[in-house]
Amino acid sequence: MKLLSYFRGEAFQRGVHPPGFKHTADMPIRRLPFAPRLVVPLSQHIGRPSRPIVRVGEEVVRGQPIAEADGWLSVPQHAPATGVVEAIELRPSARGPWTESIVIRVYEASTQEVLWGAPQDMDAFPPQEILLAVQRTGMVGQGGAAFPSHAKLALPAGASVETLVINGCECEPYLTCDHRLMVEHSSDLMVGIRHAMRATGAKRAIIGVEDNKPEAAEVLRRALPPTGDIFVEKVPTKYPQGSEKMLITALFGVEIPSGKLPLALGMVVHNVGTLAALGRLLPSGQGLVERVITVAGPGVKRPGNYRVPIGTPLSFVLAQAGAQVSGAGQARQVILGGPMMGQSVASLDVPVTKGVSGVLVFRGEDMAANEGRKTYPCIKCGECVESCPMGLNPSMLGMLAARREYDLMGEKYHLGDCFECGSCTWICPSNIPLVQQFRIAKQILREKAVA
Amino acid sequence: MGSIGSMTELAYAGIFMALLGVVLAGVIAFANRRLYVYEDPRIEQVEDLLPKSNCGACGMAGCRNFAEKVVAGEIVPAQCTVNAPAQNGVIADLLGVEAGSVEKRVARLACAGGKHVAFMRARYAGLSTCRAAAVVSGGGKDCAWGCLGLADCATVCDSDAIHMDVHGLPVVDADKCTACNDCVEVCPKGLFTLEPVSRKLWVACKNLADGDTAEASCEVACTACGKCVVDAAPGLMKLENNLVVIDYEQNTRAAKQAIERCPTGAIVWFDNPNTPIKGVESKKILRQNPLPLIGA
Repeated sequence: MKLLSYFRGEAFQRGVHPPGFKHTADMPIRRLPFAPRLVVPLSQHIGRPSRPIVRVGEEVVRGQPIAEADGWLSVPQHAPATGVVEAIELRPSARGPWTESIVIRVYEASTQEVLWGAPQDMDAFPPQEILLAVQRTGMVGQGGAAFPSHAKLALPAGASVETLVINGCECEPYLTCDHRLMVEHSSDLMVGIRHAMRATGAKRAIIGVEDNKPEAAEVLRRALPPTGDIFVEKVPTKYPQGSEKMLITALFGVEIPSGKLPLALGMVVHNVGTLAALGRLLPSGQGLVERVITVAGPGVKRPGNYRVPIGTPLSFVLAQAGAQVSGAGQARQVILGGPMMGQSVASLDVPVTKGVSGVLVFRGEDMAANEGRKTYPCIKCGECVESCPMGLNPSMLGMLAARREYDLMGEKYHLGDCFECGSCTWICPSNIPLVQQFRIAKQILREKAVA
Repeated sequence: MGSIGSMTELAYAGIFMALLGVVLAGVIAFANRRLYVYEDPRIEQVEDLLPKSNCGACGMAGCRNFAEKVVAGEIVPAQCTVNAPAQNGVIADLLGVEAGSVEKRVARLACAGGKHVAFMRARYAGLSTCRAAAVVSGGGKDCAWGCLGLADCATVCDSDAIHMDVHGLPVVDADKCTACNDCVEVCPKGLFTLEPVSRKLWVACKNLADGDTAEASCEVACTACGKCVVDAAPGLMKLENNLVVIDYEQNTRAAKQAIERCPTGAIVWFDNPNTPIKGVESKKILRQNPLPLIGA
């Protein structure tokens, strides 16, 4: 492992610099009230959907498990509010297809107090028990990927972890929820890091924070325990630093080989949101019932960082944050996540799930400049090649996608290394929807691999 | 002297070339003997009689592969659904076998929700293909199961059998359809299946939401009211996940009577494989213009 200081100031190669728009960075996290109905999808993570363990008509209290994990790569779900199970049925999801969800009608007098879970002495747990405790919380990666956290903390046989990397980059424009978590919940974060280090056997932990959040880095440094094995490192702001491969390159100057995980270099990367939540949930033995999201964008009258119960419909979030959904100046586009990698949603009935980090609202007038912008042929300017953090050739991939040469894209042009950061699309002067084509190509290749 | 020397060199060269020719000829003659593979000349003849579109509808790797299998007697000529039956008869006569019969299959769409009856919830702007729309939150149609109408199937169809109607729904020309499976594979919503023409009863809907929700998003959705199940022969149809399913094992018992009381017209009857008929009690759709966006 190379010396940290040697590489300080050296970020990863290529990448882009989209404007920040982090207007909500100084707004403290506030709670949202309960929506009258909460919709908890059984599949809000990567892996097998959870199995419901409640029946329609059953009363549930806030924090009670309502669905159990179906196997190792799966997590349980917990009731986000006290109420009664109204239905277990198909509901719209952000991705499009309707998914099986548990609908809870919230009692009007329901309080924010979590009424389920017994404190547990985490320090007495051996590593394997910690993993099981993490799985019981229902935690998934809070950065957006929604990969079950316990599975990411578990080491395959023969692997060992030297360094735990904690991702506090939050490189997406607009999003500030991780920033606020670092500022307001640094002690929870330290507890979470401690348990994650014990679970993986990591000897040190490094929190990577982009240098546009000096305040967060300062707070974290003050909160560091005296053991001296947790470090805070600032990295120069650049998109997409929040990708684990980019962050590792920025921190250590090493590159993760294609097709490998950071584990190949003895590292595991977790998001600050994940570990801060674990730091609070693990000692109290509770489940994940809420998360912090950034509600922002020009269409929102009261932008901010909100602590939202899982399952809150977007329509309720927008109403609380003061986004108009009808009439003049109404919301025209609603994006879940950041503007670079986030997903436009087609329905406001879609609930906030465990992997949603932000809700962005744009009105018609905000999008007027891009309205009807034409797509021009590729002029081979090479901007996309200059921007691709993985060193791919998006221009070539785009032309192959147009000819539906998906196998060639996968075999010869390393489509599998694309993590859809959107840099190429953002920078393309011809306005070619490159990432959308890559998503389709990756989807088709996945379908072929299954067939 | 110089001229004699060059004459000798010429002779040497000539003899060498002649010898080389003999040796190589020997190699070729040897190879021709020992490496000879007999190929039935009929394969070539049969291949010439095939459409050579390599569409794959027969299930073989292409027309050549099909010709090989037909000559080998593994399949009957009629398995080629692209050729006219008379042409398959010519192949059968050539080989001295029965042309056989394979029931004609056509691609059928399990959706009837055109723009005039099915609501859109969001406007999609971007690459104009169904695949591309489907990756953006499902494409913006209120019915998450329904046809997006961006014509991926019509584009992929080599037989020119699919065209988009005025309401943005693909219409299959059963006479041109070769059942090649291309549209089945390309549809991101999985709405196409290949159905034998004898299957006249058809559910043109895939919406799994409950009846009211389904009808609120599309006027011709199956609301799982169950009238068809009662009217049809017992056991032929049943309700599953808010949708009626037909047990085609019992296809012979299917009758037109099952569709008559369908309130939305989601269940249709194909007397002729090109024209679905709705029941007498199904609501009449007079609207021709597209429905407005929900909430707009």
